[in-house]
Amino acid sequence: MPAFSCAFPGCRRDLLVIVLVVFVGIGLPIEASAPAYQSHGTEGSHLTNITNTKKAFPVLAVNYEHVRKPFEIALWILLALLMKLGFHLIPRLSAVVPESCLLIVVGLLVGGLIKVIGEEPPVLDSQLFFLCLLPPIILDAGYFLPIRPFTENVGTILVFAVIGTLWNAFFMGGLLYALCQIESVGLSGVDLLACLLFGSIVSAVDPVAVLAVFEEIHINELVHILVFGESLLNDAVTVVLYNLFEEFSKVGTVTVLDVFLGVVCFFVVSLGGVLVGAIYGFLAAFTSRFTSHTRVIEPLFVFLYSYMAYLSSEMFHLSGIMALIACGVVMRPYVEANISHKSYTTIKYFLKMWSSVSETLIFIFLGVSTVAGPHAWNWTFVITTVILCLVSRVLGVIGLTFIINKFRIVKLTKKDQFIVAYGGLRGAIAFSLGYLLSNSHQMRNLFLTAIITVIFFTVFVQGMTIRPLVELLAVKKKKESKPSINEEIHTEFLDHLLTGVEGVCGHYGHYHWKEKLNRFNKTYVKRWLIAGENFKEPELIAFYRKMELKQAIMMVESGQLPSVLPSTISMQNIQPRAIPRVSKKREEEIRRILRANLQNNKQKMRSRSYSRHTLFDADEEDNVSEVRLRKTKMEMERRVSVMERRVSVMEREGRCDGEGGSV
Amino acid sequence: MGASQSAGTEHEFQDLADRTGFSLEQIGNINKRFRQLSNNEETLSREDLASIPALDNNPIRAQIINAFFDKRNLHQNETGTVQEIGFEEFLMVMTHFRPAAMGITEEERENLRRDKLRFLFNMHDTDSDGTINLEEYRRVVEELLSKAGTIGQETAKAIADAAMLEVASTTRGKMEPDEFYEGITFENFLQILNTFDIETRMHVRFLHMDTATLRCGKSK
Repeated sequence: MPAFSCAFPGCRRDLLVIVLVVFVGIGLPIEASAPAYQSHGTEGSHLTNITNTKKAFPVLAVNYEHVRKPFEIALWILLALLMKLGFHLIPRLSAVVPESCLLIVVGLLVGGLIKVIGEEPPVLDSQLFFLCLLPPIILDAGYFLPIRPFTENVGTILVFAVIGTLWNAFFMGGLLYALCQIESVGLSGVDLLACLLFGSIVSAVDPVAVLAVFEEIHINELVHILVFGESLLNDAVTVVLYNLFEEFSKVGTVTVLDVFLGVVCFFVVSLGGVLVGAIYGFLAAFTSRFTSHTRVIEPLFVFLYSYMAYLSSEMFHLSGIMALIACGVVMRPYVEANISHKSYTTIKYFLKMWSSVSETLIFIFLGVSTVAGPHAWNWTFVITTVILCLVSRVLGVIGLTFIINKFRIVKLTKKDQFIVAYGGLRGAIAFSLGYLLSNSHQMRNLFLTAIITVIFFTVFVQGMTIRPLVELLAVKKKKESKPSINEEIHTEFLDHLLTGVEGVCGHYGHYHWKEKLNRFNKTYVKRWLIAGENFKEPELIAFYRKMELKQAIMMVESGQLPSVLPSTISMQNIQPRAIPRVSKKREEEIRRILRANLQNNKQKMRSRSYSRHTLFDADEEDNVSEVRLRKTKMEMERRVSVMERRVSVMEREGRCDGEGGSV
Repeated sequence: MGASQSAGTEHEFQDLADRTGFSLEQIGNINKRFRQLSNNEETLSREDLASIPALDNNPIRAQIINAFFDKRNLHQNETGTVQEIGFEEFLMVMTHFRPAAMGITEEERENLRRDKLRFLFNMHDTDSDGTINLEEYRRVVEELLSKAGTIGQETAKAIADAAMLEVASTTRGKMEPDEFYEGITFENFLQILNTFDIETRMHVRFLHMDTATLRCGKSK
């Protein structure tokens, strides 16, 4: 983010004033809520006297209870966003410290402030977290998941997610149990299952934290998708392990049957989640086929179907995160072919907005909960946990990469491995899972403290140092390139070429199955899910239309003529040279027709209708095609003027040869 | 089929392995496939390749088959096409699809890129004059969209034109209205596909050629 320096000196002071006001604002309502209860009580007794005494008509009255809940929620969100705003005004801060750290610090301050006032700071309610704060972030991630790198690396991602998390959980749980056996630690009451439960909670890489940190470092696509994909897909493993160990620790013993059932449960949870998500995704795609007359509510369908997918799978104890990802991935290609450009923009911005707010709130609440929560500190346990987290992560990544590299074409280098290991951040999911532990676990407070310490360590230490380390190690960064039509053509060309060569080799590989899936998709699925004739449109054409649309919209918005574009190269530079000669009279005619058409188009575009129900959508798409037409006509006009010039040159030279002279 | 190869071919294979960088196992697999495609003859013709069922639905089928018979892809400095190819030529064409080995130097990586991009360039440049002009590029896009019906044909021209404009803008910057851009040279081609990581994308796995599927590769 570019550092923003205030235009006038007082504005930074003003912002601080606003922030202080907000702080006080939070403090007041919490105090006001106490006496408000009393006033309710006294009001009841007044009712009996209402016929006797006449109260003066209340001109101004304060009834805080009435709006309490929404008021506090809105205030918290406002605080979070003002904080976010504030960080980017302080010039050097956002370049050094990642936002997540700053937000946690703010949360700590707010929590401390509330405690000083004497009230109970609110804790991050697990239900609030899992049902309201987490889904927007995951949906945003899933909807905009880059499909190509994801599917190319899905094997590696799954190995890291499943086997890596299992390794982490058992390694940590086992070693911590061994630690607890040592007499001097004083934790001999902790049994193996409780340790394994703790290990499973704290071993999963967290998508929220990874997103927050990796957003800012712009690492190359491969490493990004590996860490990010792992953080998303390990949800299934975490859910299964958590439920498994929770059940077992109540019972106390484990049999082979239980282990077997656990494995089966894992498959059910993950595949079930994906299935639920896919079903809702297809439903959303099918619904979007019919929305051509009610464009305004299109984005809502996307959001609601995805949320329903999440809730439905949570209902069955399946993996909600995988359901959301599957829903987003499945519905995206079809929905985008059906909805209008404006709806697409709306969906994009709403998802980004919600996920941004959620992320901010999560980190602030994490800080507040740290101040609030019951703590039980044990130096050895906590420090060992942190160290073991690091060690197990590094060992896991190195070991798994060694095995994976035997099967990969593009091997993972040592630098890649380092970033993958170092980027394994823990976050709020671990905290919420720990918070969900029932109070009957005697070690609950100790576990919570350890979890919070691990989260703080990974977010602060690893989060802050990963950026300089990336610079230091000169890890490949993301290539900032805008989509070029040549690359698009060649991507598709290469796909077909490789499928063909695989066919020649007789090898049914990656491309063969991709080709089969595409054909199945085109013949059966798209027919049902895409409105109108669009389903026959190949990707390349869709891409080209999108590019044209963007250009045309830019032109309509800026109202500029195409000649203002930076490059002076136009069609006449690349057309083959033989342009047929046109008689002067015909030229004049053409020019007259073009000018007349231009006037018409200019007038049409000035009058636009504005209606909430139609969003001038049909008109705008018409406008855009008008612009396209206008562009082509401009082109033709320019060509005609060039022809005229050439004709005049040739006339001067006395018409030596039939073709235009070489330049 | 099977092991009708004598010990003499082992020596040939070793020689080929040294020259192309394939392993003996990979060469063995490719040889088996070659024999299957050519009906156990010494040379492969266009009809043999054309009869592979897996290529039926491929929009750029003709170009792929031509690429095998194009002399420019055989690492010899000649142009033109041949009617039949032997196993060695078949292998030469396949070397363009080898993946990048781990730990290669920057220079080797650059050479690999140039090699693969040269293969693509040769596929587009059908008249072998060293440049891809507008007509050839239009044909490329038309073939790509050939399975899309009439919508494809109309837009193919526009897409090819836009792509050509893009290349011209990127490589030449400013041009006078009277200047003419002849076509995409190989250097331009390298430039516009600069960010396209072809050395990782353009590869086929040669080790896992299942002999069972080798048998059902041809149905005619």
